[in-house]
Amino acid sequence: MKFSESWLRSLVNPALDTAALSHLLTMAGLEVEELDPVAPPFTQVVVAQVKEVVKHPDADRLNVCQVDIGGTVQQIVCGAPNVAVGLKVPCALPGAVLPGDFTIKVAKVRGIESSGMLCSAKELGIAEESSGLLVLPDDAPVGTAIRQYLDLDDQCFTLKLTPNRADCLSLSGIAREVAALTTTPARLPEVASVPATIVDRRAVALDAPSACPRYCGRIIRGVNAKAPTPAWMVRRLERSGIRSISVLVDITNYVMLELGQPLHAFDDAKLAGTVRARMAKAGEQLEILNGQTLTLADDVLVIADDAKALAVAGIMGGEESGITLETTDLFLESAFFAPAAIAGRARRYGFSSDASHRFERGVDFNLAPRAIERATQLVLELCGGQAGPVEEACAELPRRAPVRLRPTRVAKVLGIDLAPADVARHLANMGLEVLEEGGDFVVTPPSYRFDIEIEEDLIEEVARLHGYDNIPSPAPQGSLAMLSVTEDRRPVATVRHLLASRGYQEVVNFAFVEESWEADFAANTTPIRLANPIASQLAVMRTTLIAGLVENLATNLKRKQSRVRLFETGRCFWRDAGEPTGFRQPWKLAGLAYGGALAEQWGAPARQVDFYDVKADLEFLLQPLSVRFEKAVHPALHPGRSARVLINDREIGVLGELHPEWAQKYDLPLAPVVFELDLDPLTAARLPQFAEVSKYQAVVRDLAVVLSIDTPFAQVMAALNQGRPAIVQDVQLFDVYTGKGVGEGEKSLAFRIVMQDTQKTLQDAEVDAAFAQLLAALEREVGAKLRA
Amino acid sequence: MELERIIEEARLAFAGAETGDALEQAKARFLGKSGQITELMKGLGKLDPDARKEAGAAINRAKTAVEEALTARRDALKRAVLEARLAEEALDVTLPGRGETRGGLHPVSRTLDRIEALFRSIGFAVADGPEIETDFFNFTALNTPEDHPARSMHDTFYLLDDAGKVEENVLLRTHTSPIQARYMQAHVAKYAHLPVMPEIRIIAPGRVYRVDSDATHSPMFHQVEGLWVGQNVSFADLKGVIADFLRRFFESDDLQVRFRPSFFPFTEPSAEIDVAFMSGALKGRWLEIAGCGMVHPNVLRHAGIDPEAYTGFAFGMGPDRLTMLRYGVNDLRLFFDGDLRFLKQFV
Repeated sequence: MKFSESWLRSLVNPALDTAALSHLLTMAGLEVEELDPVAPPFTQVVVAQVKEVVKHPDADRLNVCQVDIGGTVQQIVCGAPNVAVGLKVPCALPGAVLPGDFTIKVAKVRGIESSGMLCSAKELGIAEESSGLLVLPDDAPVGTAIRQYLDLDDQCFTLKLTPNRADCLSLSGIAREVAALTTTPARLPEVASVPATIVDRRAVALDAPSACPRYCGRIIRGVNAKAPTPAWMVRRLERSGIRSISVLVDITNYVMLELGQPLHAFDDAKLAGTVRARMAKAGEQLEILNGQTLTLADDVLVIADDAKALAVAGIMGGEESGITLETTDLFLESAFFAPAAIAGRARRYGFSSDASHRFERGVDFNLAPRAIERATQLVLELCGGQAGPVEEACAELPRRAPVRLRPTRVAKVLGIDLAPADVARHLANMGLEVLEEGGDFVVTPPSYRFDIEIEEDLIEEVARLHGYDNIPSPAPQGSLAMLSVTEDRRPVATVRHLLASRGYQEVVNFAFVEESWEADFAANTTPIRLANPIASQLAVMRTTLIAGLVENLATNLKRKQSRVRLFETGRCFWRDAGEPTGFRQPWKLAGLAYGGALAEQWGAPARQVDFYDVKADLEFLLQPLSVRFEKAVHPALHPGRSARVLINDREIGVLGELHPEWAQKYDLPLAPVVFELDLDPLTAARLPQFAEVSKYQAVVRDLAVVLSIDTPFAQVMAALNQGRPAIVQDVQLFDVYTGKGVGEGEKSLAFRIVMQDTQKTLQDAEVDAAFAQLLAALEREVGAKLRA
Repeated sequence: MELERIIEEARLAFAGAETGDALEQAKARFLGKSGQITELMKGLGKLDPDARKEAGAAINRAKTAVEEALTARRDALKRAVLEARLAEEALDVTLPGRGETRGGLHPVSRTLDRIEALFRSIGFAVADGPEIETDFFNFTALNTPEDHPARSMHDTFYLLDDAGKVEENVLLRTHTSPIQARYMQAHVAKYAHLPVMPEIRIIAPGRVYRVDSDATHSPMFHQVEGLWVGQNVSFADLKGVIADFLRRFFESDDLQVRFRPSFFPFTEPSAEIDVAFMSGALKGRWLEIAGCGMVHPNVLRHAGIDPEAYTGFAFGMGPDRLTMLRYGVNDLRLFFDGDLRFLKQFV
């Protein structure tokens, strides 16, 4: 809602300056979003009249003008093409300071003295563009300061109104609010009935009385639709953000802004028979004023005559029945449409209008008769013509149920003790009808308030009038029950911190991604599509976080970052009829590593990160959970360098090198190593359990075996663990070797074996037996032989 | 006199020895088999017993003195060797250390961690909820029926079903408030057996979605929902908690906080919360930080809570905005761009 301060002050003029008024509105819940002066500061510009225009002897495009600035005539050189004798224009006098700190002086222009400057609207800072001088009306009083004449010391307020305050979508409504907040009397526009001077009438009918319970219409004949809109009205409209179109349209807009009642004017010559408010027939078509042709549904209310639909009620008029500059006979509509019958309809067709915006939030249902009189009065005044009688059809109007307000409830909800007298005073200042009943207040909301239905609504009114600022902010009091701190789970924050400690930087990517990413990185060809994506590359819901990290990598490489470690936690999305929402949306953790195994440094040899580096990161992250890796195939990953990750035999994710095909497609010089895991299992932790620490000496032996290069290490470990002697405390692989000294197709594995007993010192024989047992298991299970 | 001379000579000889070997050779001159002290000892036998005793004691004192001089010189030489080695082993301690460098958390995660910590300190637990949400929890359960004008405050993302039609009942949540409704329902069911429902105190951080994208709006952004429901929770408590939180979050006691009336379908009375800093680039400007209010009786009723017996407040704040203000970030889009040059600043 945009309006001019001077218009508001013509209705209510509290003793507050502009800034204080703005603060008052904001703190009452009518947030002032913008406050702009209608013109930048400038001085000494007056209304002037051009008396004589003579070509400049030495410049083709300049004229030497004699200009009446109010009593005296000055010579001014002017370059504007539209300068002409008799014109009234703004004139900056010597000493004037124009916007942009431009000072006007008496000066010679190509040898001719010029005492001032005739101005365009742009030069005064009141228009973005202008061609030539700002031409003022013929009756503009010469010599008057232009700021005063054009009311340029005015300010434009833009309110960000919440949907509950439809009553403030008019100057009268805002004036009423300001009056209540400041206890200043408001002078709302006087509206007298305009008596009919002709008998012409058009019947009106309510075919859908719950959607349209009140309809007023009136014929006005013989109007001049081409009459000019007076400057004051144009100015008020423009300062409310509404462009002047034609006098009749301007009048309907003006009354809407002034009183809050949207109106519609039909060309009466184009109507046939009775005007009725009815529901549209399903599929009925109507071309409306914005050029759209709507196919209506049967829950849309229309205004129709005997032949056809004329307008979408409360939303927009029809093209065919609308007024034009040729219109001479009007049929003026002022009606109440129920919010429920209007709400959402315009949005459904992809637009909104000033009328629908108001009706769907609620227009005063007692306003229609007053508004039609006000509009009639303005039409007759500005366009002439003769008005017929007002035809009104009225069914059951909304009822305002009384709402009870208990002072105890005010205290409970607001946490302050307000004296009942203060509560009563606040309610009375709001212009609410209040009865006292057994210590409670019973309030009947007025017809213009659609937001007072329950006790809390009144409590909010009381709080607003009392001032939110005047409610204290004590330290809260509550029960001191402790929150649990579980030890078998760890917070996601811990997981994040662990990864960060391994060099990974967290990122946050959008949950909607490019469709091809889903196909490439998840082999998902039926992604969940957005109905209204913001861009085609943000069109489907992701099922993998890897794609986003790859994209992050590509952009960072372009920004000359050569070593990249990233991770993200976020939800992924799948359809799943078994879920209450119809979608499975688990949290995932994904990471990516690219570039040097370590950041480039003097003290460590440079080496590219590989699968095992990232595997170590995962093992670090997952400790002490028992985790297993198995060879796997995944659409995003190199088939020979990817693994699934299992905890307790349940797959929780994958780890691997990006498939070279994608590395190439996404412009990556090398393939990064990536992983993606379910986040939930990662938050599992283990409650530590004490085990006896042995007092006896440990024995360490090395065991080196040779076996087939194709035997996975996991099988070797499984063989070692199968029937492993109790004294074997630890088995560590410390070398993997192929090449000289080991046969073709073979590899050598070397283990360090730690043996210890908790009860006694180990004997050599026991150690030898255990060693032999381990070796035998390797020979038997994986065909290994002791390395010579 | 003879002995004095020998001691002095020995001291000079030891001091002149620059290596262990030289010192051992010098030692032989005095204490060796034919060293001067040894020779004197040998000569004692020729003296009569009284004189022998006296001279022996004198020679022994001299021997001890020589030995002490020897030990002192040995220690000094050993120390010199050690020092030479230490000097040789010295490192340039100003060279950088070896190994992995640290990564870091996303700045918004930092903020969320701090918000969580601050609210945990007054007994708020953390709750979570789905991002593809039902229309019911996102709107209806929050007192926002279909066609309510408040729905146009949210530009909602909808989904297509497999047949390409718009899904009627699900959407990308436009706020974290549905978690309120979900949590209250579950809480009521959990404590149905108790005569008095234990207080609900939660915050719920999460990602939310709106059809909006420019310098100050991202189609995906973060919110933190807060909810406190109990037998005696008032608007004044809401003001107290939020004001306290903001001062702790920004670590500034002279932060100004104001509440101004606003509207949300699921709270009544409702307020917007603005803060103003007393110093810095944004000094004196009111900045919108959060929306809040007393939980609307209809929302409580929807969850099965009697609004006469229990009241509560809820708030929803923008951690992205809080992060920007806290660290002076000037463009929201940086949070979702994955630019390491930006993100590394928050390590």
